[in-house]
Amino acid sequence: MLLKILSPFVFGFLEQTRDFILPFDEPTAWLIAAVMVLLIIGSFIGKLLERSSEERFNSAIVRSFNQRIRSWWLMCAILIAGLVIGKTGTVVLFGLIAFWALREFITMTPTRRGDHRALFWVLVVFTPLQFVLVGIHDDHQLFKVILPLLAALFVPTRIALANDEKRYLERSAKILIGILICVYALSFAPALLYLDIKTFVDGSEELWNDNNNKEKGLLFFFVLITQLNDVLQFGWGKLIGRNVIADRINTSRTLEGVIGAAASSALLGALFSWVTPFAFWQAAVIAVVISICGFAGGITMSAIKRDRGVKDFGTLIQGHAGILDRIDSLCFAAPVFYFVIEIFFT
Amino acid sequence: MQLTSKLLVAAAKVISGYTVRWKDSTPDTCQRIYFANHTSHLDGLVLWAGLPNHVRQLTRPVAAKDYWEKGWLRRHVASAFNALLIDRREVKVHQSPVDLMIREMDDKYSLIIFPEGSRNTKEEMNKFKSGLYYLAKKRPDLELVPVYLDNMNRILPRGEVLPVPLLSNITIGAPIWLEHGESKQQFLSRAREAIIKLRDDEE
Repeated sequence: MLLKILSPFVFGFLEQTRDFILPFDEPTAWLIAAVMVLLIIGSFIGKLLERSSEERFNSAIVRSFNQRIRSWWLMCAILIAGLVIGKTGTVVLFGLIAFWALREFITMTPTRRGDHRALFWVLVVFTPLQFVLVGIHDDHQLFKVILPLLAALFVPTRIALANDEKRYLERSAKILIGILICVYALSFAPALLYLDIKTFVDGSEELWNDNNNKEKGLLFFFVLITQLNDVLQFGWGKLIGRNVIADRINTSRTLEGVIGAAASSALLGALFSWVTPFAFWQAAVIAVVISICGFAGGITMSAIKRDRGVKDFGTLIQGHAGILDRIDSLCFAAPVFYFVIEIFFT
Repeated sequence: MQLTSKLLVAAAKVISGYTVRWKDSTPDTCQRIYFANHTSHLDGLVLWAGLPNHVRQLTRPVAAKDYWEKGWLRRHVASAFNALLIDRREVKVHQSPVDLMIREMDDKYSLIIFPEGSRNTKEEMNKFKSGLYYLAKKRPDLELVPVYLDNMNRILPRGEVLPVPLLSNITIGAPIWLEHGESKQQFLSRAREAIIKLRDDEE
């Protein structure tokens, strides 16, 4: 009897320990190692550039290069730490990131006194709730529907109850956009870990992530492609950019940058396809989709920042790089990536 | 008590996500009066928490007795940040708030005060009460340091109990002193301008 009660705990414990000792499957470990090596090389180059003469390189670009490398180190360390702790750790981690991003977003957008209680619900109750739902991953998959409904129905009601009609629609919309982009969309990234992914080998279906750890590699792949795509877009735009897409929103986003980044992301996707359930060509197509979503995220956030008259979220609060600046592309690509996999690979 | 005060600092950081900016001044344990704009109950706590540890231990926020002596929790919190409680209702002779402050400061402590008197709900700061002037007059050696607290009114506005954890800024400016022959009105409006300037520079 006692054994019967204890056995799930014992098995659970053993499973946890195995996860801890072997947090990644082999291909993922290799990919992470490769990224580490690249980051070490990047840091090294950054140091060299810092020391070399000022005339040869633009010091502002060198500084922003070094800044980016540093924030990648941080991102990489956080992501790996989360993945090592396990699925729950990763969900909590993304929850904290979403909370901070929404905090930046709301801080930047002016709200009125009457929004206070609605904002309390949104930041303190709904944001954690969404990630709890992702972690529970119940049969109804509530995390896919609850938050947009709360944002669309509860928030306007709460603001109306505060008895302040000034710019009512605008205020509701701001909070709604904040929740949907920073919290709802981003929550699809850790939700990837809970998908049962199937691959088709010789006409028969096979469960791809049967050993519990492969999906961590998939999440790492996704974050890696979005981040590299950001840089590729910037790089290609600087190199061959001619046609600015929306000059009143952002002058550094060019058609050439987007196309160049999509093409090189496709190559990278195919190159890293061994950590994913995708074939070469599938990985390439999916990387292009991620690339375009990343562009959408970047240009949307640029528009919001331009509207508010801030250059980036980092300068809003001095001393820390704005999280929202780093994850805008991630937010937009996560739900699309999730649904592509759910529709075609489960 | 040490534990409570550490917890308070952590809580202040989590709730208000403050960033501290020292502008034309540096942290120092010399005796100072930090004077700031006042929009929220959190103001005193956040400014106190934003100071470096060694400065914080020698700095006492001045707070209203009627609010902070209500209930066990508030009393405990007030003593954890070593608040100097002032009775706003009953001002006695020889026991005026300024005298009390000077006595409690001794030659050791710095104070945090809010010269607007009570929490402001309007865009512009209220006129300053005269306490700052008398402090400056009686203790000309004190550095009077202007501080601008940004966004606190959105985190915990007047009349609300639950805070919304947004991000805030603490800007600490260059000290001022009472000039020779300066009138009370001149000095108080100059002190107010010092905070307004910090706000405008930020934008």
